[in-house]
Amino acid sequence: MVCKECIEKAVIILPENAKKLCKNHFIEYFETKVFHTIAEHKLLQKQEHIVVALSGGKDSMSTLYLLHKLSERNPKITLSALLIDEGIAGYRPKTIEDAKNFCKEKNIPLHIASFKELSGYDLDEILKKRKIHSCAICGVFRRALLNEKARELHATKLATGHNLDDEAQSIFMNQITVNVQRSKTLGPITKNHTDERFIPRIKPLFFMTEKEITIYSLLKGFPVTYVECPYAPQDNMRNDVRIAINTLEEKHPGTKHGLVNTFLKNTTFTKEHPLPIGVCKECKEPCSADICKKCEYLKKIK
Amino acid sequence: MQVFIEREKKNVVVDADKIDGLMLVKQLGLLIGEVLIVRNNEIVTEDVLLEKGDEIKILSVISGG
Repeated sequence: MVCKECIEKAVIILPENAKKLCKNHFIEYFETKVFHTIAEHKLLQKQEHIVVALSGGKDSMSTLYLLHKLSERNPKITLSALLIDEGIAGYRPKTIEDAKNFCKEKNIPLHIASFKELSGYDLDEILKKRKIHSCAICGVFRRALLNEKARELHATKLATGHNLDDEAQSIFMNQITVNVQRSKTLGPITKNHTDERFIPRIKPLFFMTEKEITIYSLLKGFPVTYVECPYAPQDNMRNDVRIAINTLEEKHPGTKHGLVNTFLKNTTFTKEHPLPIGVCKECKEPCSADICKKCEYLKKIK
Repeated sequence: MQVFIEREKKNVVVDADKIDGLMLVKQLGLLIGEVLIVRNNEIVTEDVLLEKGDEIKILSVISGG
């Protein structure tokens, strides 16, 4: 029940090696591992302006905090945060408040872009107006806004809070659905796009589990409130895959790391096989079809 | 033993005077990779023995979005 490194009470048993760590040694382990990921996978160059996609949740808050810590040590690394307000009553306002407080305290510029400014409607209004899958349109609009706004902010990198659980689930789902194209967008850095309009995406928490991030954010006292999106489906493939992977992980510790590390070693999905990038006929944004998904949805809701 | 499950915002009674964290989580039908155990406001590991009288909370680590 005590830390492997000292005599303090343990707060975690690490999933990779069953090592027990106390609060201070866990924080040290966590930060070292994230900074190692950044260095090892060359997520950053010497000079960068990083825009962090901030949702107000534990993952993006931890990402922002750690990149801020890095930027304090290195004046050539600058930072701003970008929050997408989908317009979901009872869900987003609370996380916007948390994000504003956090950025104010750390003196990080926070920019907010909304579905309303993109389409003229909040997500709540869109879903009342048209029968559209909430997560599908939300994902498309959010990704489009993040890239466009990050570019306006002269970002050289767009950082997201994706974690080991997210990646293991995506790898598993893409295998089941034979989605090779989407697999190419996974990994700690999306470097398979050569189009300058596409801001390279980095995932500093790529090797951290959701549980580790929750513990880290609680121990650091981040202002994160658990709020569930009212549109979050309980019955979808990602939930099933999440439960399957966590069941395997419980019986066979190391399952998630194994899935992700095997994926990274498979060069079918790396830079040697770049995704073809075209231009959307409507908005001129990077796109792999004639018209991008964002423009398709905008037409649907008009 | 009384346990508060944060995600469901409910208290449940577990028929045990002493139980380790992993067994408790299993009895609740949850997965250890998806929850945190908090005893008397401190995060504890799943091998810790929980006793009647402890204030126990189960927090979800799954994102709500």
